[in-house]
Amino acid sequence: MRTANRAAKLRLAVLLVLVAVLCIFCLAAPSLLPNDPSQAHLLAAKQPPSTRYPFGTDWLGRCVCSRVLAGASTSVFSALTIVGLTLAVGCAVGIVCGYFGGVVDTVLMRVVDIFLAFPGMVLALAVAGMLGPGLKNAVLALAATGWPQYARLTRSYVLSLRQENFIHAARLNGQSPASILFLHIFPNAVRPVLVTASLSIGGTILNLAGLSFLGLGALPPTAEWGSMLADGRGLMQQAPWLIFFPGAAIFLTSILFNLLGDSVRDVLDPLDSQRKQYK
Amino acid sequence: MNKPVLTVSHLSRTFLTGSRPVPAVCDVSLTVGSRESVGLVGESGCGKSTLARLITRLDSPDAGTVTLCGQDITRLSGASLRRAYRDIKMIFQEPRASFDPRLTLGTSIRVALHAAGFPRAKQTEETAHLLREVGLESSYADAQPGDVSGGECQRAAIARAVATRPRLLVCDEATSALDVSVQAQIMELLRTLGQTHGMSFLFISHDLALVSSFCTRLYVMRGGKIVEHGATGHVIRAPRNPYTRELISSVLPVC
Ligand SMILES: Nc1ncnc2c1ncn2[C@@H]1O[C@H](COP(=O)(O)OP(=O)(O)OP(=O)(O)O)[C@@H](O)[C@H]1O
Ligand SMILES: [Mg+2]
Repeated sequence: MRTANRAAKLRLAVLLVLVAVLCIFCLAAPSLLPNDPSQAHLLAAKQPPSTRYPFGTDWLGRCVCSRVLAGASTSVFSALTIVGLTLAVGCAVGIVCGYFGGVVDTVLMRVVDIFLAFPGMVLALAVAGMLGPGLKNAVLALAATGWPQYARLTRSYVLSLRQENFIHAARLNGQSPASILFLHIFPNAVRPVLVTASLSIGGTILNLAGLSFLGLGALPPTAEWGSMLADGRGLMQQAPWLIFFPGAAIFLTSILFNLLGDSVRDVLDPLDSQRKQYK
Repeated sequence: MNKPVLTVSHLSRTFLTGSRPVPAVCDVSLTVGSRESVGLVGESGCGKSTLARLITRLDSPDAGTVTLCGQDITRLSGASLRRAYRDIKMIFQEPRASFDPRLTLGTSIRVALHAAGFPRAKQTEETAHLLREVGLESSYADAQPGDVSGGECQRAAIARAVATRPRLLVCDEATSALDVSVQAQIMELLRTLGQTHGMSFLFISHDLALVSSFCTRLYVMRGGKIVEHGATGHVIRAPRNPYTRELISSVLPVC
């Protein structure tokens, strides 16, 4: 917004460029691989980093560097898909509940309560366990357990927006409910929810890696950072590069997205801009 | 008196929050005539804003009726209520909160014109005209509500309110958030607009001095009820109700 200062906007711009670079990199990764990520060379197993294998090789002689690069798009795009799905479903449910209220609100909010009664990751584990292992199922499990939080949040924003005088003024303007919803309620409610969503991308990458680590995510031939960590942890002493490089990749991308989330909040946070407004 | 713009009869509203019911408005009746400025005064929490919301149908009464320009709007909803809203507008206490923080002042005014069916091609021109009418340059159309002063924002709110040429303007503490000199300017603006457009006012405030200089008739409210009403001079000079007397002596010690 206008009230956000320049430095915050510049920081957001820099981070968005970095994220764009990361996404392009993920898309381009298949053609950057030094070796075939799933080709085993049993004779070259557990080799330390070298010029031929920049990040070393695993117990089957597969190139860790290639696997980390190939896993980038899996982790990043899956996390973005999960956040996108939870955001879309959560926002839609929250807005319907908050704006229209009534029986629909009561029923949907009880469902949300049930979801929120369980710790998120435990529920995701249960759902992923029911759906069976596989990347798609892990994404579905995390999305299915993530949306209630957004629904609750969006609903509370919509409820407080409905009390605002500018909504009263819009009704007195003679604007239709659809006009009020799409012109005033939705854009104002979605901003803080977007902030929360961007803050949760980093955590989602970690959760997805966690599910894969537990064997409920990507299936063996597919390279995925979490499952690479799981597979490598038995060899931590002999071949530390097996967990160092995927670990560093998870660390760096989740840090990048956390910084992005912080920055989005600085620029978009309505409370903050309101505080400035009433100064 | 000529045909009233607003007739409120036996209006009641009780809130059912917490352990016991709060009767915010009890059996209130009042009228506002054509081109008349009527004041409603009372201490904080006596139900003034609740009454304003009932009159503007932002809230629904438990009992009683609201008649606007001869039409009973108490049970209206949907498109017919939206049509009735052309004749009534409200000015709020906190001017910035009455604008969508995301939109420019000009956009907010255009939205009001659009909702009233104003032709799209002339909306920008009319917005500039409305802003000039309330004493703002047309460049204010591009300002965000957070970027202008409270007085300027309230002027823009008035511009938006008069966009549909309403018959009645309900002002709920419209100047309470502004400092004294700006207050006087806004009152002057309202007076002028009222004369040029033939608008009536229901002016709600706890500031008896302000109301008595602006309004020809006065209603005094306490605990959700109207305790006294009459011509302004009459109520101030010869208050019958002890509460009104107290209110007057606290504001106007010379009387
Ligand atoms: N939405 C609501 N739910 C429950 N109680 C309410 C609600 N709105 C108002 N009240 C109660 O109704 C009473 C009248 O409130 P109202 O806001 O109308 O007073 P007011 O005269 O406008 O006061 P002020 O001068 O402070 O604006 C108060 O006791 C208040 O607590
Ligand atoms: Mg009030």
